[in-house]
Formats: sequence, C-alpha cells, structure tokens
Amino acid sequence: MDTNNTSRKEFLASIVTTGLVLAGCSTKKSPFESSADGDVKPTGEKVKLLSVDGEIIEVDKAFLKPVPEMPVISNSEARKGIPGKKFVMVIDLSRCKNLRKCQAACNHMHHVHSNLNWLKVYPMDEGEHTAPYWQPTTCMHCDEPPCVKVCPVDATFKRQDGIVLIDSDRCIGCRFCMAACPYSIRVFNWEKPDTVSEKLSHQQYSCETSLPQKVGTVGKCDFCPDMARKGELPHCVSACPNGTFFYGDLNEDSVSNGAETFRFSDLIKDKAGYQLMDDLGTKPSVYYLPPAARYFPFEKGLEIDKG
Amino acid sequence: MEHSTSIKNEQKTAVNPLNGFIGRKKVSLTDEEIIKDLLPQKFGMRGMVWVGILVIICLVGVYSYYRQLRYGLIVTSMRDYASWGIYISNFVFFVAISLVGSLITAVLRLSGVHWSTPLTRIAEIIAVAAITFGAIIIIVDMGSPERFYNLFLYGRLQSPIIWDVTVITTYFFISLLLLYIPLLPDMKILLAGKEKKGIYKLYSFLGSFWKGTHLQFRISKKAVNILCIAIVPVAFSIHTVTSWLFATTYRPGWDSTNFGAYFIAGAFLAGAGAVNVAMYIFRRYYNLEKYITDDHFDKMGKITVMLGMLYLYFNVNEYLIPYFKMKKPEEAFLNGLFIGQFAIIFWSAILGGMIIPMIILLFKKGRRPLPMFICGIMIVIGAWFKRFLIVTPTLLHPFLPMHNVPESYKHYFPSFDEWAIALGSLAGALLVITIFARIFPIIPIQETLIEQHEKEHH
Repeated sequence: MDTNNTSRKEFLASIVTTGLVLAGCSTKKSPFESSADGDVKPTGEKVKLLSVDGEIIEVDKAFLKPVPEMPVISNSEARKGIPGKKFVMVIDLSRCKNLRKCQAACNHMHHVHSNLNWLKVYPMDEGEHTAPYWQPTTCMHCDEPPCVKVCPVDATFKRQDGIVLIDSDRCIGCRFCMAACPYSIRVFNWEKPDTVSEKLSHQQYSCETSLPQKVGTVGKCDFCPDMARKGELPHCVSACPNGTFFYGDLNEDSVSNGAETFRFSDLIKDKAGYQLMDDLGTKPSVYYLPPAARYFPFEKGLEIDKG
Repeated sequence: MEHSTSIKNEQKTAVNPLNGFIGRKKVSLTDEEIIKDLLPQKFGMRGMVWVGILVIICLVGVYSYYRQLRYGLIVTSMRDYASWGIYISNFVFFVAISLVGSLITAVLRLSGVHWSTPLTRIAEIIAVAAITFGAIIIIVDMGSPERFYNLFLYGRLQSPIIWDVTVITTYFFISLLLLYIPLLPDMKILLAGKEKKGIYKLYSFLGSFWKGTHLQFRISKKAVNILCIAIVPVAFSIHTVTSWLFATTYRPGWDSTNFGAYFIAGAFLAGAGAVNVAMYIFRRYYNLEKYITDDHFDKMGKITVMLGMLYLYFNVNEYLIPYFKMKKPEEAFLNGLFIGQFAIIFWSAILGGMIIPMIILLFKKGRRPLPMFICGIMIVIGAWFKRFLIVTPTLLHPFLPMHNVPESYKHYFPSFDEWAIALGSLAGALLVITIFARIFPIIPIQETLIEQHEKEHH
C-alpha cells in the first residue's frame, strides 16, 4: 500500500514541468540530489503541483525528480512532424544587405562548427547586365528532396509538416546527400564541432534541435521545428533586423517575420515570389521575393562579405 | 623442383582426369613439364622485396586510417564542396578494374574463345582483389564507419548505395566461385603425394573433397557455365549502379543518361589494361613464355584497342556534346577540365590513358609483350586519374557559388593520410594478387592439360 502510494507520487512528480521543479530549487538542499538515488526520505516539506486531471496536489519535495536531459519529443515522434502543419519560408531579397545576423544566430543556437554555416548569404551576380543582389539560402525543405531519396539508411527524412531533418544517431557519413543536394546547403562535421561543449556533447541527440552535432555526420538547416512547437519563429527569422525572412504555415496561409504578418498567397502573388531552381523538380518550401525596390544598395553588404 | 619426382609417380592417377587421354603420343609438352612449369614457386629475392614494399605501404595506410578514425575525416582534404575525393575515385577505379574478371572469364568463354584460358585465373584474382578493396575503401570513406550495420538495419531500397552494396556483394561471391571452382582440380594436383603440413593443409581444407571423378567434372563444368552466364548481368550492374551514384544527382558532369554505358566501357578498358600488365609480369617472373605466348599479347592488344575505341566514343558523347551546348552550370565545369585547373590531368588521362596506347596497339609491333606492358601501365594509371576527374571536379562546380566557407574549402588536393590510405588499398590489392600467385598456380593447370590434350587430338 505504502509502496503503491510512493510510486503514484513519483509518477505525479515526474509529469510536472521543469518550471514547477525549479520552484522547489530555492532551498539549500537541492531536491535534484535527494532523488538521484533510490532511497528517498520524505522531508515533510510539501510542494503544490497540478496533476494531469487538473487537480492541485501536494507532493513531498523529496520526491521531486529532475527532468533528465532528454528531448521532449522522442526521435521517432520527431520523424512524424507536427500534425496539420506545412511549414514554408519566404525570403524577401529586397531587404537583405548581407548583415549575416541570421547566420550568426543560427550558428550560435545550433552550435555549428566555426568553419561551417548552415545558412549562407550569396552575392548573386549572374549576368553581364543584371544587378547583383544578396541571397540568403537555408535548406529548401523540398517536397521532392533529392537528399532523402539517396540516403541509404533513412537518416535524413521528410516529415508530414514538410520539414526535412537528419537523425545524427543514424547517419553513417557517406555524404551522398551532400552530392545530391543541388543547393549545396548540407555541411559535414569533418571533426568534433569546436562549438559543442563537453556537457552538450553527452546530451542525447534530438532531431528537432539538431543538437548536439556529431563528428562524422551531416548537418543542415532544420527550419527550427523545436521553435515551431513552442509557437516561436526560427532563429534566423527573429535575428534579422530587416525582416528579410518570413516563416509560417501554408495551411494557415500566413507567414510572419515577427513584426509583419502577411497572407502567404497574397505575398507571393503581389511580389512575384519564386522558388530557387524549381526547374529541377525539387519543389522547395522556401520562396523568394525578387530584389525589386531594394531597401539597401548591393554594395552596402560588401563591407561585411569575407568570401 | 622437389615436386617433379613425386608428380611423375602420381601422374596417371592424380593428374589425368580423362582416361581417354592416357597413352596419347607426346607432342610439345608433357603433363609433367606443364605441371612443373605451372606449380606455384617460392618468392625469390625480387619477390621478397616486392612483398616487403607492399606490406610497408599497407602498414602506412593502416596507420593513417587509425589517425582518421581517431580525429575524423578532418585528416583528409575533403571538405563540404569536394565532399568526395580520392577515396571515392579509388573505389570507382577498383570497381572498374574488377570488371575484367567477367570479361576474360565469362564473355570470352561464352563466345567460344579458347585462347583466353591461361588468362582466366589472372583476371579472376584481379577481380576478387579489386572488389574486396573497393568495398574496404568505401567503408574508409564513411564518416561513421562504426554504424556500417545501419545499412542492414535501416537500408532503404530506393538509395543507389543499397543497390551498390547488393550487386557488389553478389559480384564478389560469383567471382570468388569462378576463382575457386576451377582451382579444385589444380588443388588435387598440388596435393598429389604430399603430407598434409603447412600450406598443404590449406589445399586439403579447400579441395580435398575433389576426387576428379567424371561426375565432379560434369558438375563443375555446369556450375562454371551457370556462373559465367550469371556474372555478365551482375558485372554490368556493378558498374552501372556505381555510375548511378553520380548520375542520380543533378550536378553538371554527372547529370548524364550516358553514364552507365560510359562507365562500363571505361571499366572494360581499365580491366584489359590491368590484365595486360599482369600477363607480362607473371610471364616474365614465372617464366611462362610457353603458356602466355606472344599470340596472347597480340590478341589482348586487339581487344584493348576495340575497348579503347568504345571508351573514346563514350567520352566524345560525355564531354563534347555538353561542350557544344555549353549550358551555364556546365560551362565552368567543362572549362575547368579542358583549359582550367584540371586540364593537365584531363588531357594526360585522355591522351596517355586512352588515345596513345590505342595508337601503339594498332600496330603489330605495338602488341608485342613489352609495349603491351607499357601501354597497360598507361591505361591503368590513366584510368585512375580519369576516375578522379569524374568524381571531384564536378563537386567543385556547384550550382550556387562557393561562398561563406574558409578558403581551403574551395580547393582539393589530397592530404598525406588520404594518399597513404588510397595507396595502401592499391598495395593491398596487389598484395592479395601476389600472395595468391604464391599459393596457387596462376595459370590453371588442369585446363591447360585438357587443352593440350585436345590440341594433340586434332
């Protein structure tokens, strides 16, 4: 009877969110330590918690367990995607002046190796009499992804919400996907990423955060599905001071750069949106708005460009 | 040497499987002479030095691979743009060379050609050694080789890599059987009157069940025939599928419907070149002039020219037709090959590895052993560099410009460790061939005997 009670309490305690657990941390004896071993002695101090049924319950502080450092979404769940969503991005080329705040934010949040960039900003200077412009390039999250087609072990996969992700725990490092991607957005961890701390490197890999990056596997832009689950924008979108990137859901027909929100179909129609190299049949989820009526002259960005 | 006395005693019972031939009149070579000539010989001084050098190269390669395992692929010069380098081109080279086994053994056999019999085992061991090291080098190229088993756990049939794994494994086993089955009667000859010690234990383990009965000969002949038919589509598949590793992508230089046939033609030429080299070396080193005759070189020379013309034809298709159109993504790539950074390698491979050997071999004097050997070397080296040109220049000409990467990412020149591993794998393949020739007769004894008897009867 007593043990049953304990296990029920433990169960209730284990479902609480991290935020509530943190509330119990203020006292000098950390509940994290006391519950680390199996032998738990009640302290008598009670903490109020919300159960799954919506009741407020009291649990002895000693039974509070830290949430282990595990991704909230399991990797098999991450393969399915967020139901009912179809993520798209719109990149307005008229707003980009190669500030590379997007790149810095992306590299920082994903702990990308310092030699690598998931997001690249190209100086596009194609024809003799055409105007050059800056083109930020993320993963296109193609609906017909050439990389997914060639992966021999299903390490890179396409989800129902349109996002293409990598399972770094499964990737064998053959780099066929890199050869297959016409947008050259995939990067390889040729060595142990110098930006991944010892602590992070021991964390279990999550497909949705793409963390931690591992030596001998492929990495790439993941469209930040972990942010989408929280209802937030990808790091590149929120980092851009010019609002170049718009992110949203095709099913809702709306995209936002944080400050402005547009109806996706209107934006594409009004500004003549297009997809990059769509003649290859890859069906990208990223759309570009042509660099007409620019906010900045192309030359502005050259100061930052290091090649 | 020491074999000959015992062989004489054993000859009637052990050697001659077809009793009808016993008691025929002697013509050029007796069975004893043939067996004496063809039995495997101990390494001489040159042989020891050769093996020593190969072992050292292999060990350096192994050490470099240890470094690669420890530090990751960072020890190579491959980076995000040139993400495949000489490992992959070495792999394609090995696969190409291995195709010769099926050419000499199967294609010529099925078309009723008999002169190629003394070359079958040379071709087959080249095929087995090459395909083995081809498989090894592909694992070396993997960033996470410890997860190799994922190919079997999570393998997806839609990936050309899975097709490649499947056909290469199949080809390996068929080649191995084509090597092994004709060896069985020879192993009986090798075992004749010997105590089962040392190397004879191996012969006995591999072939003691072979009694040389009519039934066994019939089964073995049938098996070889079936394997010869089976290996032709598999051989075409291994090289076609290998070409698809590239042709299933969009990249300039790879996005070609011509690629499968182009690869097969190139593979036949490379393999023929390798056989020409091996023929010359074995003939010289083992004094096999009576068995690998000038006539063999002449005929192989003609075949090589034919294969060279076939490959030239596909090269014209592969390079000149895109050059005629000059599509934008192809432009930089083709210019890089024709007049740019890869021009020296490109023209050396085209001229030195294909056109010049072909011209030499057009003349009867060019098909004599020594020029054949030199042409063979040129073809093989040209073939290796040609594979490099197929793999890496394409990767260095992506659709979007190379940008936002360190300067070193924009070029590719293999690192020391890469060279060491690639050369180590080549040395390993040569070592396998060398050791095989030390243990087993490199020219099939039994088949030579049978052919000799048939010749005498006509």
